[in-house]
Amino acid sequence: MADKVLMKGNEAIAEAAIKAGCRFYFGYPITPQTEIAAYMAKRMPKIGGTFLQAESEVAAVNMCIGVASTGKRVMTSSSSPGVSLKAEGISYMAGCDLPALIVNVQRGGPGLGGIQPSQSDYFQATKGGGHGDYHLFVVAPASVQEMVSLTAHAFDVAEKYRVPAMLLADGTLGQMMEPVVIDDITVEEHDKSWALTGTKGEREHNVINSLSMLPEELEQWNIDRYQRYAQIEKNEPMWEEYEMEDAEICVVAFGIASRVSRNAIKAAREKGIKVGMIRPITLWPFPKEALLASTEKAKAYVTVELNMGQMAEDVELATRCRRPVLSANRAGGCIPSPEQVLAQIEAANQLGGEQ
Amino acid sequence: MAQTQMLFAGFGGQGILFSGKFLAYDGLISDKQVSWLPSYGPEMRGGTASCSVVFSDELIGSPIVSEPDILVAMNLPSLDKYEDAVVPGGVIFVDSSLVERKVRRTDVTTYYIPATRLAAEQEMPTLANMILVGKLIRETGVIRTDNIDKIIDKIVSARHEALKELNKKAIAIGLQYE
Amino acid sequence: MGNIVFQKPKSLTDNPFHYCPGCTHGIIHRLVAEAIDELGIEGKTIGVASVGCSVFAYNYFTCDMVQAAHGRAPAVATGVKRSNPDNIVFTYQGDGDLASIGTAETVHSAARNENITIIFVNNAIYGMTGGQMAPTSLPGQVTQTSPYGRDVNTVGYPVRVCEMLSELEGASYLERVAVNNVKNVKLAKKAIKKAFQNQIEKKGFSLIEVVSTCPTNWGMTPEKSMEWLEQNMLPYYPLGVFKDKYAEGEAK
Repeated sequence: MADKVLMKGNEAIAEAAIKAGCRFYFGYPITPQTEIAAYMAKRMPKIGGTFLQAESEVAAVNMCIGVASTGKRVMTSSSSPGVSLKAEGISYMAGCDLPALIVNVQRGGPGLGGIQPSQSDYFQATKGGGHGDYHLFVVAPASVQEMVSLTAHAFDVAEKYRVPAMLLADGTLGQMMEPVVIDDITVEEHDKSWALTGTKGEREHNVINSLSMLPEELEQWNIDRYQRYAQIEKNEPMWEEYEMEDAEICVVAFGIASRVSRNAIKAAREKGIKVGMIRPITLWPFPKEALLASTEKAKAYVTVELNMGQMAEDVELATRCRRPVLSANRAGGCIPSPEQVLAQIEAANQLGGEQ
Repeated sequence: MAQTQMLFAGFGGQGILFSGKFLAYDGLISDKQVSWLPSYGPEMRGGTASCSVVFSDELIGSPIVSEPDILVAMNLPSLDKYEDAVVPGGVIFVDSSLVERKVRRTDVTTYYIPATRLAAEQEMPTLANMILVGKLIRETGVIRTDNIDKIIDKIVSARHEALKELNKKAIAIGLQYE
Repeated sequence: MGNIVFQKPKSLTDNPFHYCPGCTHGIIHRLVAEAIDELGIEGKTIGVASVGCSVFAYNYFTCDMVQAAHGRAPAVATGVKRSNPDNIVFTYQGDGDLASIGTAETVHSAARNENITIIFVNNAIYGMTGGQMAPTSLPGQVTQTSPYGRDVNTVGYPVRVCEMLSELEGASYLERVAVNNVKNVKLAKKAIKKAFQNQIEKKGFSLIEVVSTCPTNWGMTPEKSMEWLEQNMLPYYPLGVFKDKYAEGEAK
């Protein structure tokens, strides 16, 4: 068995990225994700990789575009205000069909907000964030171990479909330590014939570009891209079901909110309430099928989020509003308590199945 | 299910995070589930710092300890803030050289240790936290005493051999404190 | 059959330029392509196009190309070069791109002495969007967004990029050239070639500022534009080498 180590979530992301073959990291300091940059600054020079502290978040993401254009694995990380600055570059990555990993260790917003944990960039991550029709492959780890496995997975999916990927964590997950096994992460090989390497006079030039002055051509690029998105929606949703076999109440929560929810679910079960949880692991694609299927048994839903209720909209859409959706939220860097979640589970249990 | 929720709190610089880390490493050695979560931000630079550690036989839910089974309070603001949060029947350890008042709760077990004074007397002024950890181990049995040296060897780097011995000594003082 | 005495450089594609009649971008593209040809680096060159009139540069150069966001070409080039140090990486940017929205990327790539080559076309106006005031528009210059002439009291003074960057320890080679006459075109060619040669020799950051014209947006004939350039641009933007770390008795 591989050795277990005790690691902070942020450090685990960095080490997992290295194990997944990432040798280029560009970033800019911002709390609460700075450990990622610090870890990369230490490790990259020792393994022949590149760590570069960019002059800005904007420059960092564009340096990522440069490396991604050459077909190599690259990542940047930041926290909410920094990710807003990167939005332009992320849109260009999507428009240029470039794979890369962007890590967002979220903090409260909007604006400068605070530095305490948050999930209030859910919309930004799953609905765009930058301009244009595009999606990111978005994963939301709920443990330090998942920060490892999902970092590696995000690189693979990004390369397989040529889309940028985002790992959406929060300050709590980034700062907490748990025992973790950094597996022998396998790196899948993907076609890189599109990469810029120099033509060596042996082929036509490759062009990485998101610009077209012909509306029909640009439309076609979008349509082609959405065909890939459809494949991702079909093949890549990930979720975990917890105590769902007989659940009449379904909690929906991701990341740190799902950890808090577990405590509440245990407490509710002790009170005889049949409650379970669907935990989205990919936020885009959202596990719509699983949620729709759950409406067969569940009579009400409770979403738990560190925001004002962003994912709740996707839960209503996925369940087609067949059942009431209650929310247990905190914002601004506050975290819902298990008691708050329990109260909403009890409230949901009081409701009938009718809306 | 056996689960222990611990909260360490005090001033930044008292080694709050390190004492939590010490216990968390026992989770690693003993192959039990463990989580360690620091408060982070400006409070790391001199304000109130706290650290949540959870031990469990099964997958840990929230790593945030809001109702500790065990509270270690190394200053007055921490005792003021967290005393009422401790579960009935819980345990509170107080550094009595820095906290003048007594615990008001009557449904918890309380231990007063002048850890900061003891540490100063032993010329290890930065290790009051580890004296408290020793006392905590003595009274709660939350980790096995024969793991102590192993953990210290793991978390104090080999370059700081002297520091290893000092940490072990500090824990021993706590273990022996009546 | 006669001898071929003049032909298109190999490093340019057959695509016709979209540039306006009399625009100097065509000349500068050609100079870049000639330099690439003469150095025999076409197969390992990667170009970074920017946003502005030269946005379609990726259609004109036969080397691998990436199209960067407005102002970000030096950052993208940094990524490409760090990833593939053996490739020759250049950016081709206008004044709005390089000296306004991309100032930070310009300054910091120079400060890092990134081993890249930057071709900076300064025509004192935003061409692509139809003639707005640029960071390099001259005092009093009338543009769409300075209809009463650039008022230095409210919008400040034009930026002299080479002079500004010359204060940076990092930058290796900075030269300002012009393409207003045959002599200057030849000097421009020499400077551009040197900027690529420097990169081959791992000498670090080279930037060639090319003072050029925009007859369409200046509202002049190409010929008149050249005169305006000589009378107005060159006094404010003097030609010459502003920094050459590797020259004997560094010019400054």
